Amino acid sequence: MPRFLKEFFNRNGTGMGLAILGLVIFWTIGLIILPQLSMLDFSFRPNLPPPEIGGPKDVYTLENYKYLIYGPEGGSQDYNAVDLRVFFRTLLAAVCVTIFNLILCYPIAYYLGQSKGSHIRIFAIMLIIPYWINEILRAFALRIIFGETGVLNTLFMGLGIWDTPFDFIRNDIALYAGLGYAYILLMIFPIYNVIESLDHNQIEAARDLGAPWWRIHWRVVIPYAKPGISSGCTMVFMLSAGALAAPQILGGPSSLWFTQLIYQQFNDNNDWPQGAAYAIVLLVTCILFVLAVMRLFKVNMGDIGK
Amino acid sequence: MSAGVGVDLENLWIRFGDFVAVRDANVNINGGDFFSFLGPSGCGKTTILRAVSGFLDPSEGKVLIGGNDMRGIGPNKRPTALIFQNLALFPLMKVWENITFSMEIKGASARERRKRADELLDMIALPGQGDKLPSELSGGQRQRVAIARALCAEPDVLLLDEPLSALDLKLRQHMRTELREIQQRVGITFIYITHDQGEALTMSDNIAVMRAGVIDQIADGKTIYNDPNTAFAASFVGENNVFRGKIRRVMGTEAVISTNRTGDLVARISTANQGKMREGDEAMMFVRPEAFAIASDDAPGDHCVTARVKHEEFEGNVFNIFTEGDGGKEIKVSLPNVGQSFEDHTGQTIRLEYETRNAVLVPAGELAAE
Repeated sequence: MPRFLKEFFNRNGTGMGLAILGLVIFWTIGLIILPQLSMLDFSFRPNLPPPEIGGPKDVYTLENYKYLIYGPEGGSQDYNAVDLRVFFRTLLAAVCVTIFNLILCYPIAYYLGQSKGSHIRIFAIMLIIPYWINEILRAFALRIIFGETGVLNTLFMGLGIWDTPFDFIRNDIALYAGLGYAYILLMIFPIYNVIESLDHNQIEAARDLGAPWWRIHWRVVIPYAKPGISSGCTMVFMLSAGALAAPQILGGPSSLWFTQLIYQQFNDNNDWPQGAAYAIVLLVTCILFVLAVMRLFKVNMGDIGK
Repeated sequence: MSAGVGVDLENLWIRFGDFVAVRDANVNINGGDFFSFLGPSGCGKTTILRAVSGFLDPSEGKVLIGGNDMRGIGPNKRPTALIFQNLALFPLMKVWENITFSMEIKGASARERRKRADELLDMIALPGQGDKLPSELSGGQRQRVAIARALCAEPDVLLLDEPLSALDLKLRQHMRTELREIQQRVGITFIYITHDQGEALTMSDNIAVMRAGVIDQIADGKTIYNDPNTAFAASFVGENNVFRGKIRRVMGTEAVISTNRTGDLVARISTANQGKMREGDEAMMFVRPEAFAIASDDAPGDHCVTARVKHEEFEGNVFNIFTEGDGGKEIKVSLPNVGQSFEDHTGQTIRLEYETRNAVLVPAGELAAE
């Protein structure tokens, strides 16, 4: 038995230790790894009617992946331009949402983390309570704000700033706002957590040595907050790339999110293998992208857990 | 040695809401001086330092550095550098980057900064340690890096907020000497905050003794030790024995007080209080433990205290006798361990004598907490 396991059992007792270990194993293997593996398996099989499953036609194939790149066989185009465009636009949009959220949340997290007093608790509660409302309701509430006869248009037209309603939804502004809003907490709290532990004297020391405020952030606060920033960015990126409700409700009629394509494959086309292939491509790309960015910014995997 | 840049506090008041942290402070610190603010925690000395460095604005009055009013000038624009109590080195920067942070802000090239860092590292006796992280250094080394970082900014005034309090005793004593040496070498004004009277006495040219936002006395260490203005200054700086009484008679610079327990005693009125103390005033007489001696038979009664010995201890260089004193307060007597034989007095009643010049009389007032 490896030493960490032995220590683990010594600390928790054999019974409790086994129970904890069993639950963790069930959670990771039973609920995460096995279902994903079966999805992976699906993605390499042809879409067959049930009687043929397990029959001679049920062989491993790369068809589903080829479809994303080349489109239907004998199709009019060389590449599956529609789906690929949606795929890359989704990734790009997720990057934008992440950057937008970071710019918005860093000052908030810094303020929360470095000021003292009971009002901080009130601010934190005010940030958390909106999340008691479920995602769909929140998305529809944003539609009310951004709709053609919505709050914003009524307000700005009333003020005479513009005279025909601006289509926030067709221009994807509602979608970005909705996605940004949905993951604000996931960005604020990891950064807040790290910044809260930053000794205020460090900031004062930098100021005392002549640094202007932006320099203090650049050289002292941001390097210190890097683990929190990367943790927040990773979560926001992964979740926005994989979001479904917000794009469904707030997205314009012409702009599809890649998750919507996956959803269509599973539900409308009843093509699970194709849907699984799309989902796997999204998952793997997101992971590789995050790892690459972490490497670029010299962030360790361990930092993400902070 | 250059004349250095002086610092003046004029009628300085600092309030936090209803709380008065600093009350009407007036201090003139000469350029090139090592000046200490000495006082117990919470007396407002750090507040004064923050006002000088620019982290807070005075409620009233002025902070002048080199004769210029500093109001409205931020800490990053003042010719001061502050050494924090916890040093506040940047943990993610290497030692040399820490030291030359102020040059980096001014846009100095990496090579210039590296060169300056090496010079300063030599000065603080840490050559070749520039590429380490602060966490890889010992407490005393980090201390020196903090000093180098502050000096690298070439301040006119270096402010030190109890920088030695985190070190162990030996290192603290060593760093006292070192700080004093560095100060004399660079020749700039040092303002030092401490609650440790030993640090203040050994390093400073001048000391301000502070109590609850008020400066009780500003003088050099010897004067404060030998000629305190107030009961607080007398009891806070060094060990002291207090005798309370009423003034019976004033004779020029001397006075007789009548104490409940030890009868009439003669004392010298402290310089600042001469001419101000009247018959019938409540007063406190202070005699240092080392100013007492076992009385000879012909010692005059108004220079003698009789007390019963509770216990004794041998400290090596001195022999301490603890007796029951006035109002239940202990009297401590330290006899130097030079050419005398010590007999055990425990339980006996002994007479102790002092010389008038060693007994200082001040108006009755608040004593320092022990």
